[in-house]
Amino acid sequence: MTWLRRHGAFVVINVLAVLPLLWLVVDAWLGRLSADPVTDVQDRTGLYAIILLTVSLAGTPLYWLLGFDWLRLLRRLAGLYAFGYVVLHVANLVWLDFGFNLTFLYEDILVKRYIIAGLAAFILLLPVFLASLAIRQARPVRGWRWLRYLVYPAVLLAAVHFILQTRLDLRLPLAFTAVIALLLFVRLPFIRSFIDRSGKRRVELDQ
Amino acid sequence: MKKIKSSEITPEKLFLSRRKFLAGLGTVAAGAVLTACAGETTTPSTTETSTTTTPATTPTGTTTTTTPGPEAQTPYDDVISYNNFYEFSLNKTDVAGLARDFKTSPWTVEVGGLVGKPQTFAIEDLEKQFPSEERVYRMRCVEAWSMVIPWLGFPLGKLLQAVEPLATAKFVRFETLYDPERMPGQNMPFLDWPYVEGLRLDEAMHDLTIMSTGLYGKPLLPQNGAPLRLVVPWKYGFKSLKSIVKIDLVEEMPKTTWPLASPSEYGFYANVNPGVSHPRWSQSSERRIGDSRIPTLLFNGYEEEVAGLYAGMDLRTSF
Repeated sequence: MTWLRRHGAFVVINVLAVLPLLWLVVDAWLGRLSADPVTDVQDRTGLYAIILLTVSLAGTPLYWLLGFDWLRLLRRLAGLYAFGYVVLHVANLVWLDFGFNLTFLYEDILVKRYIIAGLAAFILLLPVFLASLAIRQARPVRGWRWLRYLVYPAVLLAAVHFILQTRLDLRLPLAFTAVIALLLFVRLPFIRSFIDRSGKRRVELDQ
Repeated sequence: MKKIKSSEITPEKLFLSRRKFLAGLGTVAAGAVLTACAGETTTPSTTETSTTTTPATTPTGTTTTTTPGPEAQTPYDDVISYNNFYEFSLNKTDVAGLARDFKTSPWTVEVGGLVGKPQTFAIEDLEKQFPSEERVYRMRCVEAWSMVIPWLGFPLGKLLQAVEPLATAKFVRFETLYDPERMPGQNMPFLDWPYVEGLRLDEAMHDLTIMSTGLYGKPLLPQNGAPLRLVVPWKYGFKSLKSIVKIDLVEEMPKTTWPLASPSEYGFYANVNPGVSHPRWSQSSERRIGDSRIPTLLFNGYEEEVAGLYAGMDLRTSF
C-alpha cells in the first residue's frame, strides 16, 4: 500500500506514455497499418509527441491549481517521453522514409517551412532533454536550469509544424495550438498569481 | 509479389502493340492480366478466373523505359485500400469502407458544351462503344507517394471525337458526382463541391490520357472512382478525378477545385515536376507504395511522350 502510494503515479505515467508506442508496434506487427506504413509511423509518432508535450506543459499550471505532487512528476516524465517520440519521429523520416539519402533530404529540408519549424523544435528540445537527464543525477548542474525555458518556443514551433503540414482539415492542429497558447499564457506572472495556490497551501500545511 | 523488370512500365510504343480489347464489361470476370515482358506473370491474389496472356514473343531488353530501377505493379490490396477520395473521407484508409455500398448503376455521363453532337451516355453504352484496353501507368500523388497501376480504359480522345468538338473548344471540364447523401465527405466544408477538374484540349486528346473503368482486369471499385474516372499519368493524381458525371468542352480554362482552394499550392496544369516545390510534400522524390523512396521524374517519366505539349511554356510559372 505504501509502495503504491509512493510509486503508483510513477508507474501509471510510465505505462500510459509507453502504450501508444506499444499500440503502434502491435499495429505494425499485425499488418494493420496502411499501404504507406512509413507515413503512419510519421503521423502517429508526431501526434504522440505533441500530445505528451502538451501534457507536460499542462503539468505546471495544474500543479499550481491542484497541488498534487504527481503533477510535477507528470510534467517531467511526459516531457522526457515526448522527446522520445520526437526522436522516433525524426529517425523514421531520416531512416525508414529517406533511407539516409542525403541528396533527397537536403532537397527537402531547407525548402519546406514545416520541416524548418519541426527541425528547430527538435534542436531546441535536445538541450532540454540532456539537461533534464543531467539534473536527474545526484549533482544537478545549476547553470542548466534555464534551459527548460527552451521548451516554450519548441512547443510553439511544434504546433506551427503541425499546422503547416496538415492538408485541409486544420481542426486538430489548431486545437493543439489553442491549448498550448493557453498553457503558455497562464505562465505570465500576473496570470499565475491568480491560479498559483501551491505557495499558499504549503503555508497552510506548515501551520 | 514478384519483382518485375523496369520494362514492365509500358512505354507507349509497346502498349500499342499489345492492346487487348475486352469484349464488353460483362466478360470482365475473364479480365486480362498484364504480364511482364520477361514472361513473369503477376496475378492479383483476389482474381478468381483470369485469362493470362503472356507476350512470350516480346523479347526482353528491346523496350526502353524512361524510369530507372525495377518497378513492380503496386499490390491490388494496396490500390483498393489507400485512396485519396475526399468525397468520402479525408482519411485514405477510411474511403474503401465508406464507399462500399456506393451504387454505380444506373450511371450516366453527360458529354456536351462546345460540341457538335452532345450526348448522354449510360455507362454500359460507353463501355460497349469504347472497348477497354490495359495501360500500366505510374500514378504520382502530390503528397509524394506513388503507385504503379494496370488500368483498364479507353483513350479520352476517342470519346471526344465521337461528340465532335467545335473549333472554339479549347479546354475540357470534368465534374464528379455531387450527392452528399451518397458521398458523406461532401457534407464537409473543406472543398467546394462538386469536384471539378480540367485539361487543355490537346492534353485531353493525347493518347496517354484515358477514361478508366477498371484496374487489375476488374471493374473499378467505388474507392478508385467507379464507374468512370480520368487517368492522366504525367500529372499529379488529383487531376485524375473520379466518378465522373459530366464532361464539357469549353473555351476558357476551367476553374478547378484545388487551385480554387489554394492557388499558391496547386496549379491548373499540375504536371509532375521535381523542379516545382510544394510547401508540404517533396516533389523531388517520392515513396513508391510497397517499395522505397525514388527520385521523381519530370512529367512522371512520360517526358518523351508529353513534353511537346508544353513547348515554350515556363513550367515553373504554369505549374
